[in-house]
Amino acid sequence: MKVLVPVKRVVDYNVKVRVKSDHTGVDIANVKMSMNPFDEIAVEEATRLKEKGAAAEVVAVSCGVAQCQETLRTAMAIGADRGILVQTDTELQPLAVAKLLKALVDKEQPNLVILGKQAIDDDANQTGQMLAALLDWPQATNASKVEVQGDRVQVTREVDGGLETLSLALPAIITTDLRLNEPRYVTLPNIMKAKKKPLETVEPGALGVDVAPRLKTLKVAEPPSRSAGVIVPDVATLVDKLKNEAKVV
Amino acid sequence: MSILVIAEHDNAQLGTATRNAVAAAAAIGGDVHVLVAGSGARAVADQAAQVAGVSKVLLADGASLAEGLAENLAAQVLAVAGGYSHILFAATASGKNVAPRVAAKLDVAQISDIVAVESADTFVRPIYAGNALATVQSADATKVITVRTTAFDPAAATGGSAAVETVDAVADSGKSQFVGRELAKSDRPDLTAASVVVSGGRGLGSAENFKILDALADKLGAALGASRAAVDAGYAPNDWQVGQTGKIVAPQLYVAVGISGAIQHLAGMKDSKVIVAINKDAEAPIFGVADYGLVADLFQAVPELVQAL
Repeated sequence: MKVLVPVKRVVDYNVKVRVKSDHTGVDIANVKMSMNPFDEIAVEEATRLKEKGAAAEVVAVSCGVAQCQETLRTAMAIGADRGILVQTDTELQPLAVAKLLKALVDKEQPNLVILGKQAIDDDANQTGQMLAALLDWPQATNASKVEVQGDRVQVTREVDGGLETLSLALPAIITTDLRLNEPRYVTLPNIMKAKKKPLETVEPGALGVDVAPRLKTLKVAEPPSRSAGVIVPDVATLVDKLKNEAKVV
Repeated sequence: MSILVIAEHDNAQLGTATRNAVAAAAAIGGDVHVLVAGSGARAVADQAAQVAGVSKVLLADGASLAEGLAENLAAQVLAVAGGYSHILFAATASGKNVAPRVAAKLDVAQISDIVAVESADTFVRPIYAGNALATVQSADATKVITVRTTAFDPAAATGGSAAVETVDAVADSGKSQFVGRELAKSDRPDLTAASVVVSGGRGLGSAENFKILDALADKLGAALGASRAAVDAGYAPNDWQVGQTGKIVAPQLYVAVGISGAIQHLAGMKDSKVIVAINKDAEAPIFGVADYGLVADLFQAVPELVQAL
């Protein structure tokens, strides 16, 4: 079985982004970039499937600027066997990424695609489901447990109020939630090994995909800020404030 | 212009989130129709018909729609989608699961998690965990949208008298099977709809200690929530998680206990009306957004608070 794992290069989760003063976007110059945390979980899951013998090959894919190569190297240091970079400087929106991935799935013929449930920059939560629709494949989003069983995969999903379990016919799409696994730390020997793994670069045009953005961003603004209130000295004062000032209890 | 809102339900009750989405549809303007896709869901359609501002309810009733499988539900939406300018889902687990499938099939962009409607084609949505708000314009013929429920006051549950029209249910895709569901049983209000939320963080120290919050939640009639750190540590179930990647809440009163206030947690609760923080670390970022902060040991302060309320 072949597993395809798309990975996105995003602003590191520890960075508090700032809105540019001209309101055209957020300032990402000179900030630390990392692999989207949910995608890291996806690479880890695919790697574990390989280690268990359920998968034969793990292929990582990233779509975006040349520096996404670093993200692919990280994926290969975790355990992906090779990488494919779809290189473009155009702003990529989820529908365009789903179309690029569909073109690669048509070419690579994986049995399973594991993606992060959402990217922590645009918070869209769309790409996996869109790819499933374009391929007419079944999907299980927000996975917390994955078990390959012959030509099916059983997935436990995090839903509102609890858990839900689905059985999908392969090929299928899975998106990861936080509790699926804890990604391993990449070790120096594995980073060195990853440098030698094959990394292929293609362009969206070669895949026959029009990646022009569909949504136009008119403005990016700071959210209304919430100012700090008061520090109360004790519980009695707190209760008094809640009853008589805020009137919420 | 006519707008289709996809109902959120459990085949018996119409979910409140549907009424938040109807409110967003009303803000866009035009005829508002609701699609109830389920199995044995006639009662849900009747409830949807009562919602203020709804002019028609489409009921698709069939076994393929019993469990809300994304493949079948998306196919059902597509089967009736012709003629609608906007298709709205509440940004719940189900809405987020299905909406992108519909958008991709229509070859349109999806606008996720809108918090405001500027015009029929322009919407505001949070990005970077709510640290920025993007105003985006769609040129697509059909706008597929998910609605952040806390940003729109729900349309009234009664006052409408829409006709219910039956449509054929789609066939099962055959690719995905429902195996089972484990839903937590709780007498407490739903986290996303509660007027008071008591949340615990890593400061609680263990799943056992987390129970200290029960008495406070009982006293306040509150739903229980948790920070991602507390969920990661196994102190609380994942569906209690409040934050960027968990639930977004905006209650009248939010009590954060032993929560430091990571950006990703603040993204899920900073629109609450009144925020109370109890933490022994006076430097914790949570105090930067709290209306009332109490620097104290939570194991003393919480029982004291229960007594005093």
